[in-house]
Amino acid sequence: MKSPVVQALEASLIRSDLPVFRCGDTVKVNYKVVEGDKTRVQVFQGVVIKRHRAGARSTFTVRKVSFGTGVERMFPLNSPRIESIEIASRGLVRRSRLFYLRQLSGKAARVRDVKDR
Amino acid sequence: MNQHPGIIGKKLGATQIFLDDGTVVACTVVQAGSTVVGKRTLERDGYDALIVGFGEKTARRSNKSEIVAMEKAGVAIPQVMRELRCSAEHAAKYELGQILKIEEIFEEGQKVDVQSKSRGRGFQGVFRRYHFSGLPATHGTHEWRRHGGSIGTNMTPGRVMLGKKMPGQMGNATVSVLNQRIVRLLPEQQLILLEGNVPGAANAMVRIQGAVKKKNGGKK
Repeated sequence: MKSPVVQALEASLIRSDLPVFRCGDTVKVNYKVVEGDKTRVQVFQGVVIKRHRAGARSTFTVRKVSFGTGVERMFPLNSPRIESIEIASRGLVRRSRLFYLRQLSGKAARVRDVKDR
Repeated sequence: MNQHPGIIGKKLGATQIFLDDGTVVACTVVQAGSTVVGKRTLERDGYDALIVGFGEKTARRSNKSEIVAMEKAGVAIPQVMRELRCSAEHAAKYELGQILKIEEIFEEGQKVDVQSKSRGRGFQGVFRRYHFSGLPATHGTHEWRRHGGSIGTNMTPGRVMLGKKMPGQMGNATVSVLNQRIVRLLPEQQLILLEGNVPGAANAMVRIQGAVKKKNGGKK
């Protein structure tokens, strides 16, 4: 049982400005990167293959194929470094963890698109 | 002995927070807010210290010496009492009944020593206690799989070496963690966020004092 004080502390960290997205959705994560003394926004676009829903400690994993190599990146959902998340398309998937995409390549590794959910 | 200013508090649990640059830091939340309930002085006791109390308990749950001593001091009977060694100057800053405010004692980024009682695991074998790897599971091993093996030689030295790792009580011991960093102080709620883990279960009493192995008690 988590202490109510810790619960309140975690609740204060949760961001409410991000869109609702699910596994299978293709998202564009605008992530702030610090280079020297400058900050710029890096875009990481790919399919959400995992959402770890744990309140303030939530994370999500995005997978993309870059020059033939699969790249997966995990983001803390409530991180102040995430400037925004845009949803490029909604995907139709039948499970919550899309690790099977790792074994697939090319056309087979696509996620079916839904126009309206 | 650590004589840097400190407090006692209650471990509430662990969580993570984001620093300003977005770094995730795992931290332990400690509830501060201990009261000064007495003092030790060099003239009377041979050393300077603050006696601090945490929480409150009813007179029915207290013994007579506590009731009389706290009545004399004019403070409520605390649930837990600890002595914190300190300099005479530090002790002079506080009066009986005063709360040890974290913002007066610590600063963010300071290195502190944390002491608490670890979770008790009872009497444990060498597998769990010292991560021994035991003996082969097959090839004729006879009821000797989770044992520690030989504990020494025969005639020389004719005894078991001191400190030989063997089964015994694990945990429920006072553990100090040195140089833990204070990630954040929340003075309104009197919460301290320490980087990393703190020994003991939730609701354990924790003693936090300035780092003994850093200059200026770990302050910048």
